[in-house]
Amino acid sequence: MEKRKELIVSAIENGTVIDHIPADKVFQVVKILGLEKVSNPIYFGTNLESKKYGSKGIIKISDKFFKPEEINKVALVAPTASLIEIKDYEVVNKQTVNVPEKIEHIVKCFNPNCITNKEHDVPTKFTLVKDAKGETKLHCHYCEKNTSLDQLEFI
Amino acid sequence: MSISLKNRSLISISDYTPEEICHVLDIAEDFEKNPHQNLLNGRIIASLFFEPSTRTRLSFETAIQLLGGNVIGFSSTSGTSIQKGESLADTITMVASYADLIVMRNPIEGSARFASEVSKVPIINAGDGANQHPTQCMLDLYSIRKTQGTLKDLEITLVGDLKYGRTVHSLVEAMCNFNAKFNLVSPVELKLPSVVKQHIKDANLEYNQYTELEDAIPHSDIIYMTRIQRERFPDPEEYERVKNSYVLRNYMLEDSKPNCRVLHPLPRVNEIHVDVDANPKAYYFQQAQNGVYARQALIASILGLK
Repeated sequence: MEKRKELIVSAIENGTVIDHIPADKVFQVVKILGLEKVSNPIYFGTNLESKKYGSKGIIKISDKFFKPEEINKVALVAPTASLIEIKDYEVVNKQTVNVPEKIEHIVKCFNPNCITNKEHDVPTKFTLVKDAKGETKLHCHYCEKNTSLDQLEFI
Repeated sequence: MSISLKNRSLISISDYTPEEICHVLDIAEDFEKNPHQNLLNGRIIASLFFEPSTRTRLSFETAIQLLGGNVIGFSSTSGTSIQKGESLADTITMVASYADLIVMRNPIEGSARFASEVSKVPIINAGDGANQHPTQCMLDLYSIRKTQGTLKDLEITLVGDLKYGRTVHSLVEAMCNFNAKFNLVSPVELKLPSVVKQHIKDANLEYNQYTELEDAIPHSDIIYMTRIQRERFPDPEEYERVKNSYVLRNYMLEDSKPNCRVLHPLPRVNEIHVDVDANPKAYYFQQAQNGVYARQALIASILGLK
């Protein structure tokens, strides 16, 4: 098993591997990172066996590296994901993702009467807050309502 | 350090610090003593009401005229280019080139914050849907301070629709700065949202929930009544069930404290019986009048004239 894991991580020469994505969130991660618009070779896997989580998804993007603010958006749907950067088939950086303090443009406000859902060209802006129960939520900069992470709808 | 609110939009009450709020209240006090002050001297204020309003629009326009200013704008979108599909950004950009300050009410939540980001002149939010109504909050604070002599260490009883009532949410947020104790009286369906309760908890303040209004009255400094809004209920039966939950009658104030005052953002329906109106503790009509002074103070401060 260990050998196979090595193979998955190091199968690209240069680029980024996003591992330990919940199996049902792979396509949301693709959307968040805008990978559908990227011309680099990209490999996907999902419903793969994971000792830690039972099943997982993985995305490998050749010759592409992300800024922390880009990659941290992934934590919105895949807080367990890990980021691995590969250079010359070697792992040069491995880290977990952290939900960013500010989230702009990528998710919709759940409030149908929010200006971001009523007018074209008003981009969404959220800050991360914890509610009374300690649950992490996205606080809309405009309508001031909180969107739960499980209510997220991507733009 | 002197406080200046020049060019500062007011979108949510939390945009201003407690010191800045008190500064506005001090200026409002001055306007109450001397309402006619020609500070605007012909300056133009835009009053953009995208939905109907009685008190807020009229008190803003009164405030502007008392300050010697001129008003442009509309009181509904009928006949404007908004009905032709003009974007809010375009409307605001255009009006900002005509006026020195924009007062806006719009039913879309967050519209005021967005307007303040596209406008080159300051915006005063006169209500953005169910979100914020900070000038109502300012006049509520003015009324509380005027009747109690202070904003500090007061016991505030909030009654009625604590879930949807935006004035309640703003008032709680503002009074958390002044060591208030809150009594919450509402039907189960209309309890204060947890996000607002969190403000009270964050400030380490006390709140108690009551089902009987009479239980909260004897120790209250302020009784803040609200209307249960029919339009908030998708189910008319649910509205019918809760609409008469709390009706304040004059006899219920017999055991209230001498300094106790009854406030209401108005309009009322039947939650304050007319037999309360003659009681010297009924303060809601003076409260509405205070709205003019609070709005004069805001306009003058934001334009850097006070």
